[in-house]
Amino acid sequence: MNNQLVMYEEEVRQINGICEVLHRDSNARAVLVIGKDGQPIASTGEVDTLDVTSLSSLTAGNVAATGGIASLLSEKEFAGQTHEGEKTSVYISIVGQRLILVVLYDDRSSLGLVRLRVRKATAELNTVLDTLVKKAASGNQPSVFAEITDDDIDNLFND
Amino acid sequence: MSFINYSSREINCKIVYYGPGLCGKTTNLQYIYNKTNPDAKGKMISLATETERTLFFDFLPLSLGEIRGFRTRFHLYTVPGQVFYDASRKLILKGVDGVVYVGDSQLERVEANIESLDNLRNNLQEQGYDLDKLPYVVQYNKRDLPNASPLDQLEETLNPTKVPAFEAVATKGVGVFDTLKAVAKLVLTELRRGGA
Repeated sequence: MNNQLVMYEEEVRQINGICEVLHRDSNARAVLVIGKDGQPIASTGEVDTLDVTSLSSLTAGNVAATGGIASLLSEKEFAGQTHEGEKTSVYISIVGQRLILVVLYDDRSSLGLVRLRVRKATAELNTVLDTLVKKAASGNQPSVFAEITDDDIDNLFND
Repeated sequence: MSFINYSSREINCKIVYYGPGLCGKTTNLQYIYNKTNPDAKGKMISLATETERTLFFDFLPLSLGEIRGFRTRFHLYTVPGQVFYDASRKLILKGVDGVVYVGDSQLERVEANIESLDNLRNNLQEQGYDLDKLPYVVQYNKRDLPNASPLDQLEETLNPTKVPAFEAVATKGVGVFDTLKAVAKLVLTELRRGGA
């Protein structure tokens, strides 16, 4: 099982670009891209006041739980979900089985607009994901781990 | 699932603390949270019931420092130990890089320990993992209690494959960081080997 998600600079740049366009075109407060296991990958917009790490972990938990419900109901997945707040609402969707796209929006935008823009962004993110999968499969990329020694690992734990 | 970001030069790994209800998984994370430098940790999240039993998971992001210019981050999760939360436990195991099995040393928890360990193995298998191939350590918690089983008995029952094992009193921090360091090292070694 290939259990590793690797992001190279080029793809991170592309994902950030897609997030920025989505943020602008949907009048969103913020846009986040998260790995399905809760790892924050990209974020744009009003993120300085957000705890992106916690938000990513909880969103991934939420998506996993919703996926569990879908499976109990013999659904493949619930592709999108919305949480409506008084001031801020959240639209969450799954991209290519591996990423979660989160849009935080307020009354400057609407669910309809967000969903419309998310559809376009999702298609673009899928293209980037395909490239990543091909890169990973080619095995030609440099590995940061190749030259790590036991001492490097031990040094992390020297208090 | 480890996540390597060449752009932000970060390595992210997921470690799951597993074990029967009330064995001290959350206490491990709380101790780590309380004793870690504020710069090295994020907010600890506990999704718990009103009686402070874990409902879904606890989450603690930790930053261990840099390896060859890459910041290493570990995301620590606990599962809910109570038997009927099995669906939630399966979800939390998704993408795991390393497992800590926390056993309860008390004699009367032998059955619960065995049941939880079998459950761990089965749930991992369902997701395509093999416990014997994952970075994995065992912690025997509550060693200070008068009704604690002898260590060799616990080893025989709960650690047949003889992975690294640690005695602990999580409420006092005994063995907590030794356990964490051991599993973190195994995870990084596995990453170097090309797995995880």
